[in-house]
Amino acid sequence: MQNAEELRAIRQRLQPPMVEGDHTFGSVSDKIGDLTLKKKTPFHWFIGLGISFLIAQLLLFTVVYLVVTGIGIWGNNQPIGWAFDIINFVWWIGIGHAGTLISAILLLLNQKWRTSINRFAEAMTLFAVACAGLFPLLHTGRPWLAYWLFPYPNTMGMWPQFRSPLMWDVFAVSTYATVSALFWYVGLIPDLATLRDRAKNKFFKVIYGLLAMGWRGSARHWHRYEIAYLLLAGLSTPLVLSVHSIVSFDFSVAQLPGWHATIFPPYFVAGAIFAGFAMVLILCIPLRRLYGMEDFITHTHLVLMGKVMLATGLIVVYGYAMEAFFGWYSANEYEYFMIKNRIWAGPYWWFYWLLILCNGLSIQLLWFKRFRESVFWLFVISIIVSIGMWLERFVIIVTSLHRDFLPSSWSMYSPTIFDITMFAGTIGFFFTLIYLFVRFLPIISIFEVRTLLPDAQVAHGHHGAHDGDDIHGESQDFTEGVNESTGRESKRELETPTDDRGKYHGK
Amino acid sequence: MKANIYGLLAEFDTPTELVAAAEKVRDAGYKRTDAFSPFPIHEIDEALGIKRSILPFMVLGGGIVGLASGIALQWFVHVYDYPIIVGGRPYFSLPSFIPPSYELTILLAAFTAVFGMILLNGLPQPYHPVFNVPRFALATREKFFLLIERRDPKFDYGETRSFMQSLNAQEVFDVEE
Repeated sequence: MQNAEELRAIRQRLQPPMVEGDHTFGSVSDKIGDLTLKKKTPFHWFIGLGISFLIAQLLLFTVVYLVVTGIGIWGNNQPIGWAFDIINFVWWIGIGHAGTLISAILLLLNQKWRTSINRFAEAMTLFAVACAGLFPLLHTGRPWLAYWLFPYPNTMGMWPQFRSPLMWDVFAVSTYATVSALFWYVGLIPDLATLRDRAKNKFFKVIYGLLAMGWRGSARHWHRYEIAYLLLAGLSTPLVLSVHSIVSFDFSVAQLPGWHATIFPPYFVAGAIFAGFAMVLILCIPLRRLYGMEDFITHTHLVLMGKVMLATGLIVVYGYAMEAFFGWYSANEYEYFMIKNRIWAGPYWWFYWLLILCNGLSIQLLWFKRFRESVFWLFVISIIVSIGMWLERFVIIVTSLHRDFLPSSWSMYSPTIFDITMFAGTIGFFFTLIYLFVRFLPIISIFEVRTLLPDAQVAHGHHGAHDGDDIHGESQDFTEGVNESTGRESKRELETPTDDRGKYHGK
Repeated sequence: MKANIYGLLAEFDTPTELVAAAEKVRDAGYKRTDAFSPFPIHEIDEALGIKRSILPFMVLGGGIVGLASGIALQWFVHVYDYPIIVGGRPYFSLPSFIPPSYELTILLAAFTAVFGMILLNGLPQPYHPVFNVPRFALATREKFFLLIERRDPKFDYGETRSFMQSLNAQEVFDVEE
């Protein structure tokens, strides 16, 4: 028996349970659904929403003033044509990428731990993309003419210029926003049906009922649903990789030292996932605590996210090293000047070192179990990483632009108050949306958590324990199969306790 | 037997019972059947004899249309309707045309996947007779249901009802139209 204990301990370590506590299908539905339906709205929700909403007013004010006055109220001017607007755009859109990574790539890789965090990570994606989209939209100067970006026959006889990366950006970001919204909604349909069937309030019953479109959990519907969901995951995976690659083309296709580097697409994608996981941790650490969701967003989830952060962070550090190497190895005096200026000789050198401190050094703590397993340190490191990723975009954009090829065009950049209020305003807007989402929609995918429960596995008659690859349905052999395998099965019972449902067969 | 009956609905507690019952229903020769569960159960497809959906081929078609329309649009704009040289590139500069075409491929494929799934499922469908069974509200929570429709040629109220009761069902309900 001691052997069995040891095996169980090893399995626990290799594959920790993704749902803790004794849960049934019903209790899972109640625990998550009741946040929206039954529980009294907690006081901290009003405080949080109130503060976020107040901060969001800064955005409203700035946008109104900007539309009335023009983008001259921002601090960017030649030669620094891009500054806070594009920094914030790239920062926000990068944050969104973790949501798609969690919902799509981890689904394809069959990583079960994605299940309880994918819903709000996807919500985070949507809201982050909404914040991101505002910046280039307003930077066009005349946002009311932004529809000119789309190819449509018009009386001017003009077309967009498809050879420009900025045009690619329009297609990439709008597709990304659309597909993320669809993915999120499709995932919500069965849960909306759960809320519809549980809601007591007539008004909400009708609203959830309309949104659920009459979902009734039919086997034929589930069959197509799962195909559609998997295909969407398969489509979102290349999409998310393409979006940040295309964002990096905005820079790397230009012939500016500091931007014109082939490492940009992979390095931007890794940076996006790095920043996104930091934001997921920033959101889910307080959320699981405040709403008592520790059973579903377990400590294991946090540790795994910490590991993803470390891995992607190291790719980003490799990117920094390569940028510096290219600058030196290119033997091009402009490239070398840019790197020298960026790292030690220029006026913004300390931004670069702050960036290395935030993104390069702080994550090294995650190598150690003590920090990786501490919720407090994960939270702190995530905040540092979010700041670091903002600094990265500042370093790439502003320090590359502020030293033009002719010294007579050199300049310095400093943001105006409106740059700052606009950035702060989007943070308030983002959290306002997050607070509304937490209140009105299930923050964890209920139906997917149900599938994680041991009872969700169909016990196969002729196999004692569940065997994932087995094709079921040969009812004629039913009795025979049991008799045949009885000896082997009972031996296995000794080795692997049945309550773990035999996910490990020691293959 | 009531005149306005749509079918019979059996309730089960676990997915295992549901799949076992579905297999027996299939083997008994019933065709117009359906199962309802609060989460997808892969084994049920075979147990009920559900054929693989054509959705993946529709999605492939959507993707191909997206790709072709992306290339065609950019060809029309930059080669046919308004040829103009930018950055010394040829009129038909395919490498530059890849990103928008790629995004349109994904966009149309994703639209097909989502709206194809919804339409093939016959949604939105706010009313369905099974909703008339009060306990059916638990199908989106924790219970599993198996339906045999009256339209099934083998359906006989008394016989089917006693057959369903023999399947270890918690209860068998009449579904009214």
